[in-house]
Amino acid sequence: MKKFEYVLRLADSPLILGQRLCEWCGHGPILEQDIALSNIALDLLGLSRNLFQYAAELKGGNVTEDDLAFTRQEREYQNFLICEQENGHWGKTLLRQFFFDVYQYYFLHALKNSSDERLAAIALKSIKEVTYHMRYSSEWVIRLGDGTTESHGKMLDALEALWPFTGELTQFDELDLEMEKIGVIKNLAQIPSQWTNKVIEILGMATLPIPEKGWMQKGGKSGVHTEAMGFILAEMQYMQRAYPGAKW
Amino acid sequence: MDIKSLQDRFQEKVDAEIKIEPRDWMPDDYRKTLIRQISQHAHSEIVGMLPEGNWITRAPSLRRKLGLLAKVQDEAGHGLYLYSACETLGVERDDLFQQLNSGKAKYSSIFNYPTVTWADIGTVGWLVDGAAIMNQVPLCRCSYGPYARAMVRVCKEESFHQRQGFEILLTLSKGTEDQKAMLQDAVNRWWWPALMMFGPNDADSPHTARSMNWKIKRFTNDELRQKFVDVCVAQAEILNVTLPDPDLKFNEETGHYDFGAIDWDEFWAVVKGNGPCNKQRLVARNKAHDEGAWVREAAIAFAEKKKQREMAVAS
Repeated sequence: MKKFEYVLRLADSPLILGQRLCEWCGHGPILEQDIALSNIALDLLGLSRNLFQYAAELKGGNVTEDDLAFTRQEREYQNFLICEQENGHWGKTLLRQFFFDVYQYYFLHALKNSSDERLAAIALKSIKEVTYHMRYSSEWVIRLGDGTTESHGKMLDALEALWPFTGELTQFDELDLEMEKIGVIKNLAQIPSQWTNKVIEILGMATLPIPEKGWMQKGGKSGVHTEAMGFILAEMQYMQRAYPGAKW
Repeated sequence: MDIKSLQDRFQEKVDAEIKIEPRDWMPDDYRKTLIRQISQHAHSEIVGMLPEGNWITRAPSLRRKLGLLAKVQDEAGHGLYLYSACETLGVERDDLFQQLNSGKAKYSSIFNYPTVTWADIGTVGWLVDGAAIMNQVPLCRCSYGPYARAMVRVCKEESFHQRQGFEILLTLSKGTEDQKAMLQDAVNRWWWPALMMFGPNDADSPHTARSMNWKIKRFTNDELRQKFVDVCVAQAEILNVTLPDPDLKFNEETGHYDFGAIDWDEFWAVVKGNGPCNKQRLVARNKAHDEGAWVREAAIAFAEKKKQREMAVAS
């Protein structure tokens, strides 16, 4: 049962971030970038779907991937708070993506050595995707940070808004550690420094300051979300709530 | 060579089904017609992302969300091929965007209708993409090479979209009473606008003859509309829905389905900007463009800085 909860947790972040990226489709600043961001959304939602399918199997009975993705209560979602933050402007969306991609890149590298073959296979498949995502979001952070005075200013605003939500990416709770103990995930302890080093490198190239270690928000892993989350779920769950039990 | 011989040579090539390529001589009106038609087509793909994009965040299952997102992304890709095809005729994408955003350029009026329920997403796939395919398959043989080649790719993806839309509806048709009602309601609302997608009746379509002579167009509006109606009747039976036309019936003599009169007043009202969503569509396009301006400027500024740094290193 613990593993079920853990797999759900892994599914929630790409689901919620993917859902956020869906809001951009058709509204991007450049046609080619609209397409690129939709690609990332497709990868994230595809990953979450693989994980929800596995979670549904672990749960057994008649539970489906869609029951898990669409019918839980807000307090039951365990995505990182950063994933649910509003898109804001293009730069904020890409900076949020970058922080998550760096985490996900190192996390999936750790997960590919999982003693759980299914998770290892899912991780291996997604590493190819996240490698591209991280390159793409890094390039945009650098381009906008080191672009014009206006874009630099906007990236500073985004950095200020998002930074307090990055702490959660490298804090592990009891469930994480328990999974590490039984080999479902390995070498968690490496992730914080890997994440920090990469972020320092890219922010430096973007001529953006490394924020000081300040107060960090947390709550995603215990299901205590920001006010943004309820609206995401209201929209995302609408059909499943309005027509319970219908097949689509 | 004088104009007359150039024109003759051009028409001989067209008649012989030899593709006209960007560097070939072509009559000004041929070029203008193509620019207008291809850019309208490209704009339709881009504006068409809005009514369908309207449901991505609310799609009812993970599978449907992925399918719809991929579909809307494909439309963006079609826009891209078509803008590129248009650029081979000597216009810039930015100028075309300007024409779209200012309201000067037209796009397919169908996208000025709202998608109000999930069944609309299936219906847009079935009827709107279905009508688009009828129009577009002959364009794969268009006399202008870059347009014809772009259309080959577009049509492959569109027919996949159409099947996907039909399958959404097939699922609804086997579902609950609510789902069946949702399906019938969507078909009621989209059927006539879909028939209007083929454009005015032949008698009111002054450019048809010229476009057919140039082999830009292969069939008339009414021929394509008839073909579409004939195909849809059988498909509607599979979906167990009624097409909202009391005059629709098979004509033994012609071998085709007769159908009722189209409300051309509605068609022209929507073309002239009075459809339910004309204003919202333009607002959305302008908002994306305006709010993206700083991003595009920053990208250019950064590329310039990077180039200068590389040159400094090299020297």
